[in-house]
Amino acid sequence: MKLFAIRGGIHPDYRKELSAERPIVALPMPGRLYLPLQQHAGAAALPLVEVGDLVKKGQILARPQGVISAPVHAPTSGRIVDIAEYSAPHPSGLSQPTIVLEPDGKDEWASLPAPLADPFAVPGKEISDRVGAAGIVGLGGAAFPSAVKLTLGTRNKLETLLLNGAECEPYLTCDDRVMREYADEVIDGARIMAHALGTPKIVVAIEQNKPAAVDKMTQAAKAFPNVEVVSVPVQYPMGSEKHLTQAITGLETPARKLTADIGVVVHNVATARAVHHAIRFGRPLLSRVIAVSGAGIAQPKNIDVPLGALVSEVVAFCGGLVGSPKRLVSGGPMMGQPLPSLDVPVVKGTSGILALTEAEVNERPSSPCIRCGTCVTICPCGLVPVEMASFIRKEKLEEAAKSGVMDCVSCGSCSYICPSHIPLVHYFNYAKGRLNALDREKRKNDQTKTLAEARNARLEKLAEAKRVAAAAAAARKAQSETPAEGKAST
Amino acid sequence: MILSTDKSGPFGHAPNSVQKTMTLVLVALLPATLFNIWLFGWPALFMFLFSIASCVGIEALCMWGQGKPIQPVIADGSAVLTGWLMAMSLPPWAPWWIPLIGAICAIWLAKHLYGGLGQNVFNPAMIARVALLVSFPVQMTLFVAPKPLFSDGAPGFAESLSIFFGLVDMDTLSSASAMGFIKTELSRGITVSASMAQTPNLMDTLFGFHPGSFGETSQVLVLAGGLFLLARRVISWHIPVAVLGTILVLGTLFNAINPDRFASGLFHLTAGASMLGAFFIATDYVTSPVSKQGQIVFGIGVGFLTWVIRTFAGYPEGMAFAVLLMNSVTPIIDSKIRPRTFGRTRKGEPLEMTRKP
Repeated sequence: MKLFAIRGGIHPDYRKELSAERPIVALPMPGRLYLPLQQHAGAAALPLVEVGDLVKKGQILARPQGVISAPVHAPTSGRIVDIAEYSAPHPSGLSQPTIVLEPDGKDEWASLPAPLADPFAVPGKEISDRVGAAGIVGLGGAAFPSAVKLTLGTRNKLETLLLNGAECEPYLTCDDRVMREYADEVIDGARIMAHALGTPKIVVAIEQNKPAAVDKMTQAAKAFPNVEVVSVPVQYPMGSEKHLTQAITGLETPARKLTADIGVVVHNVATARAVHHAIRFGRPLLSRVIAVSGAGIAQPKNIDVPLGALVSEVVAFCGGLVGSPKRLVSGGPMMGQPLPSLDVPVVKGTSGILALTEAEVNERPSSPCIRCGTCVTICPCGLVPVEMASFIRKEKLEEAAKSGVMDCVSCGSCSYICPSHIPLVHYFNYAKGRLNALDREKRKNDQTKTLAEARNARLEKLAEAKRVAAAAAAARKAQSETPAEGKAST
Repeated sequence: MILSTDKSGPFGHAPNSVQKTMTLVLVALLPATLFNIWLFGWPALFMFLFSIASCVGIEALCMWGQGKPIQPVIADGSAVLTGWLMAMSLPPWAPWWIPLIGAICAIWLAKHLYGGLGQNVFNPAMIARVALLVSFPVQMTLFVAPKPLFSDGAPGFAESLSIFFGLVDMDTLSSASAMGFIKTELSRGITVSASMAQTPNLMDTLFGFHPGSFGETSQVLVLAGGLFLLARRVISWHIPVAVLGTILVLGTLFNAINPDRFASGLFHLTAGASMLGAFFIATDYVTSPVSKQGQIVFGIGVGFLTWVIRTFAGYPEGMAFAVLLMNSVTPIIDSKIRPRTFGRTRKGEPLEMTRKP
């Protein structure tokens, strides 16, 4: 297949060898599971259970709220022991509403929805509804409800389902292992998704540094002429949705649009496997495969973790920490989030837990920018990070926006490569947050203004109508009185 | 364990630093420098070392004056590099006060008054060179014929110290650079084609056995250093190729039109500061554009102005002026010439929706 070049990018130290050859193992069921009501992009789920309830494996615990939301299910059978605020797996360390489940060790299944006999015979809506009910979200890390992305076919004419197995983040090996060990499940899930989307073609894109996964997936795809497995160059951030789309199709997604607008929908490989489970067996999303790695982890592993297991349990299962790591990261080192503690749960969007040592992180105080222009050369979005950063440093957010900060995908390439160790992405994330907040405020003000104006107009109209009515009444009165007067005068 | 969450990712960094970059540039300058120390002897070595010492010293004074820590600023290596490059653009036997005044201009006026590393608009070493050239035209054009270390007629250590301290009358020793010679001859009514016959032959020019500034004489060694920087990706080809290409094209074109008035492209390419300027001066990160497209425009501008000044202006060499003039438009180049944003047109509008036919 002809591939297309993407702009810029970097070649970080991948260090995937730490965990790439470790087969997926299941985490022994922990003593407690902490299930946040918000493990996805969108609105938090609403709890359906109460403290003391006994639940079965796969039973729904919280229902979605609104279109962009996802339910939460019980990863095993047991008792609900608490519904309260617990630390979220987020850098802020703030707490969020969480259902706490104490497993009973029986691992008893609830009655699950009957598997679809032939998923290719039902309408796409049925598939996406079932995927939504299974609580499946994008397992690449963004955790966007997958069902929403499976209905894109009703709005756009789609050509390609692009299955993202690039796994361009250093250290992470979970997608690699899933593709190697469950290639058939991934391909089956992808075919079901393609049916839901109405895309004739499926392309599985895998970076060349995962030859075993490419082999296994090619084997699994052999029987299906519409499925193509493509190995793409090792170039961070190849796994970025819009960049992968460009590499495979040559099409550049216009700013502020979705890849679906140009006929491509991108889903992660592990998401496809979850869809396979949901449709073929009626099983909701109860666990996920994560990579636990970094020089700060005694025995790096790929682990199938029940959702809600604490990071501390996962780390203990890997032999604990070595020394005192400098950073604990959820996700990959490039775009992952720093974790404030080990006492936070693994959630649907957790693709890895990394304990990184001082040497791996290689943090240094930043020195003045020497305008070397490397950030400009490597920016995969064609931005000028050096300029945006200098605007943001002076709090000139409007200029930064004009300079394109909202088009930044926060891939971190510029920060990684900057010889002066300037935390460029940190600035951009700050600016994006501020600009979004300002935008919300502006919209709110506008809305208030519009409402106030409408109210004033309404009141004025009312007053006007009153005046007219009063005038009319006065006129009528005058008229009725005039003849009376006339009468009187006569 | 204390886990910090004070910074967003990435949690990892390329093994590069400002210091490493500066060191690579210094390594690239080393062959040409060592050769010229040998070629011009002790006085050149004294001038070279004093030039670096002055720049580092002035930088330390600047930091001390601002009450800021001195060590980390010196440690970045930028003052050493400025001093080194300045020395390379000075006559090899310049007396001590030339590099000292140069260092004041370069480090204090051109760098720290603008806010220090990364903030300066103009290339500090070239500010120094131009300020010195305009202020002391005689001393700045006193070039000596090569007198290799330990060869007959080369000054000894003591005599060299006298030269360094300006106690020796240099007029008797001086010799014109090739470009200076052509310019003088032209003003006397002698055609360029006639005077070019008397300049050092191409081999001597290439290898450096001719009078000239301290760092510029050996085109081959300067070029080797430049190629090393390219190979180590400290610089990219855009600026050097644009500078040298423009000079070569203009020189060749006009020489073909009137060889009696215009020196050849090859002469322009191998004479004076062409190589040093194209690879080491114009490529200065701080004062050149950040985008590759901008760098090409910048390089063409430097090449064009260099040729114009060399050919029509009063000074035989124009590289320093050309670089400074283009430095002044770098902010404009950076704001006008930028990469195209993903998903947008050059004007910044979202792309039209196009789908495969």
